[in-house]
Amino acid sequence: MEYTLRIKRYNPDQDVKPAFKEYTLDLAPTDRVLDGLNQIKWNHDGSLTYRRSCGHGVCGSDAMRINGRNRLACKVLMQELGRRVTIEPLIGYAVVKDLVVDMDQFFASYKAVKPYLIADDSPSAGERRQSPAQRERFDDTTKCILCAACTTSCPITWTNENFVGPAAIVNAHRFIFDSRDQGGAERLRILNGQSGVWRCRTVFNCTDACPRGIEVTKAIEEVKRALLYEQVV
Amino acid sequence: MAYHRFDAVIVGAGGAGLMAAIQLAGKANIAVVSKLYPPRSHTGAAQGGISAALGNTEEDHWQWHMFDTVKGGDYLVDQDAAEVLAREAVDAVLELEHMGLPFNRTPDGRIDQRRFGGHTRNFGEGPVRRACYAADRTGHMIIQTLYQQGIKHNVNFLDEHHLIDLLFTDDGIACGCVTYEVKTGEIHTVHAKTVLVATGGYGRVWKITSNAMAGTGDGMAAAYRRGVPLMDMEFYQFHPTGIYKLGVLLSEAARGEGGILRNGDGEAFAARYAPTLGDLAPRDMVSRFIYQEVKEGRGVNGEDYVYLDLTHLPPELIDEKLPDITDFARTYLGVEPKTEPIPIQPTAHYAMGGIPTDIEGRVIRDELATPIPGFYAAGESACVSVHGANRLGTNSLVDLVVFGRRAGKHMLGFIEGNALPPLPTDPEFAARAQLADILSRPKGIRATEIREEMQELMMDKVSVVRDAAGMTAAKERIGELRRAFANCAIDDKGTTYNTDLLEAHELGCMLDCAEATIEGALARTESRGGHYRDDYPNRDDANWLAHTLVYRGSGGLEMRKKPVTITEFQPKERKY
Ligand SMILES: Cc1cc2nc3c(=O)[nH]c(=O)nc-3n(C[C@H](O)[C@H](O)[C@H](O)COP(=O)(O)OP(=O)(O)OC[C@H]3O[C@@H](n4cnc5c(N)ncnc54)[C@H](O)[C@@H]3O)c2cc1C
Ligand code: SF4
Ligand code: FES
Repeated sequence: MEYTLRIKRYNPDQDVKPAFKEYTLDLAPTDRVLDGLNQIKWNHDGSLTYRRSCGHGVCGSDAMRINGRNRLACKVLMQELGRRVTIEPLIGYAVVKDLVVDMDQFFASYKAVKPYLIADDSPSAGERRQSPAQRERFDDTTKCILCAACTTSCPITWTNENFVGPAAIVNAHRFIFDSRDQGGAERLRILNGQSGVWRCRTVFNCTDACPRGIEVTKAIEEVKRALLYEQVV
Repeated sequence: MAYHRFDAVIVGAGGAGLMAAIQLAGKANIAVVSKLYPPRSHTGAAQGGISAALGNTEEDHWQWHMFDTVKGGDYLVDQDAAEVLAREAVDAVLELEHMGLPFNRTPDGRIDQRRFGGHTRNFGEGPVRRACYAADRTGHMIIQTLYQQGIKHNVNFLDEHHLIDLLFTDDGIACGCVTYEVKTGEIHTVHAKTVLVATGGYGRVWKITSNAMAGTGDGMAAAYRRGVPLMDMEFYQFHPTGIYKLGVLLSEAARGEGGILRNGDGEAFAARYAPTLGDLAPRDMVSRFIYQEVKEGRGVNGEDYVYLDLTHLPPELIDEKLPDITDFARTYLGVEPKTEPIPIQPTAHYAMGGIPTDIEGRVIRDELATPIPGFYAAGESACVSVHGANRLGTNSLVDLVVFGRRAGKHMLGFIEGNALPPLPTDPEFAARAQLADILSRPKGIRATEIREEMQELMMDKVSVVRDAAGMTAAKERIGELRRAFANCAIDDKGTTYNTDLLEAHELGCMLDCAEATIEGALARTESRGGHYRDDYPNRDDANWLAHTLVYRGSGGLEMRKKPVTITEFQPKERKY
């Protein structure tokens, strides 16, 4: 079936500003958008640039704006999109080239919330015990693949570059609510600061954008509540 | 050009590379080079589990795990290495838990365990629960946890740096590597006392594969080009349950939880071939069962696929234990696994072979196991060999953490005892030449044409079932494709994020891996594990209880045999 992909292209080596280019392709309705991009790159224009690896929604490489929504190109099939599809890079981070954006700030925010288990009581023998219910408590936020779809869909991140953004909060949540972790207070202090959770205006864009189906806004609300009622600390 | 100096450079930020890095972090000055951001590594795609004889839900012993590993590998496993794997798995899994890995839990709060193909109690009596897991995203949790630890320990990450070449002194001592910084096109010389290659597998050589697009065998090819042999490359595992046509994996955990394979007649055929383990027989066998069913006309609608049936499983179990893979079936096939069977076919999955190492992770140069000073390899790009002729499910993740850890620890000792070797003259010469060559040609054949033909050829002639005629033809054609590759041209000549250039470079690496695979497969005139030949259908211990080493020298390819280490378990016929 014939589809037209309108892709926002920008190569800093030669272009002054980004411009859309159209490609008309023969694709199956069950092809992924990523298959469309590959077809262009492999058969027509090798300079088309995007990140990708796993091809099935688990590595977080290929978040981009597809018909105005942040999606993973490998997780959206053509049949969901109509015959004309617009593809743009994520908003909020500098474009490196075509659909590739600079991820430095994203990873810096992630690192800022201490995304690792903090626990002094390293047990000498056996595993730390954790009940299935305790494990379930933070299951949702363990699914994050750091794709940045949430953070770059958030209007607060667009205007305030210091805001840590939903993805960092999701990853803080993953530890704050882990019964084995003892760093909750530290992380909550960070998230209580200037660029922390209180910037969030509960717009829900992040939850809609998350390709892993994580209830991002709910996680942010739970962190806010923990701060208000000192639930965890 | 940019120059960096470190005690250790680790190439590859998957489970193996990161596990090594964590051993060294804080104790030595190290860098981790990765062409992807570390959490994007393919370890994150692993689904089913990581085995260790914890005995949390039923009796288990590391000796049983060792036995299963040896038998699963059709006795080509080096048994000293299998012992290390099975013994240290217990400790390594507990270490992952201590690092924060969120395993599923038993009611009393221990790490939960489930069944997986080929893992048995009491030396083969019946299935045992040995696979520790985190839903069906165990690998995701491993890569996240190890990356988190890397951040905690301030590991120096060189993200989106692509390895082009490995560096050795004139005396053959490893002294670093050359990378291409993707964002800027800058070439970097990373000068180091020790180098670890942990760049993962090369499944992209085949048309239908579960591997990520980054699985192009770069580290293996880089070593091979520098005269290091590749070992046991003919042993490439086809996983029985890839999504039809797409290759995306549906974990063996689906069968571990009770899923059944059915042919076009609706028959659960596996038990006909493997009476004891049935659907949970090792992967090489199950893939051949499917091949046979299809060949005898019992594929679904006479086509080249069969069904994975989960419809009889409780829907809650599917949601709780197999959420991701059932989601794949919905997304990519529009099939609801709770009510409909899923079309599957064997998919190229895992390299048992790779860069040969000893049990300390040191790369060895010959059949006498002579180590190359300062050079290490681990994970899927390495071959210790714990998987022999066929890897058991869950044993790769164990391999990454056990041997990644051992390599890291051994590197630390090496760093303390050795000075920084000198760089060879003009260290970047070969890397620059490789890239300049691709960039310089104004016109030529597209890399795509070569890649697609290679993938179809390998699928057709060098996959689940092989024979001399097919492989001889494949060998010849790969030779021609290599020559065509020398004339391929790309569209993008720029310096900013030039993935056109890197994809061409990766194609060159895949052609090398394909060449070595065919060379081993043609030489090995027997059938064993993942290597099955129609023209030599039996295992031949008299001649082939040996590893193969393929070298690319100036005079062409050379093949040598390396003896298998046998300690506890004498080779027997493999029946399940
Ligand atoms: C879908 C799937 C499911 C699986 N499930 C299981 C399972 O349940 N249990 C199990 O035991 N095994 C499983 N496996 C196998 C296992 O996941 C892999 O063998 C293992 O994760 C490989 O890890 P690694 O560290 O060797 O390499 P990878 O995780 O593949 O990492 C390779 C690293 O090398 C880097 N790299 C590659 N080339 C270059 C280059 N040129 N320059 C710089 N860096 C480079 C990459 O960026 C990456 O960081 C599965 C495999 C697949 C494909
Ligand atoms: S929370 Fe969801 S959208 Fe945000 S980075 Fe993680 S996976 Fe991506
Ligand atoms: S390519 Fe990995 S998430 Fe899309």
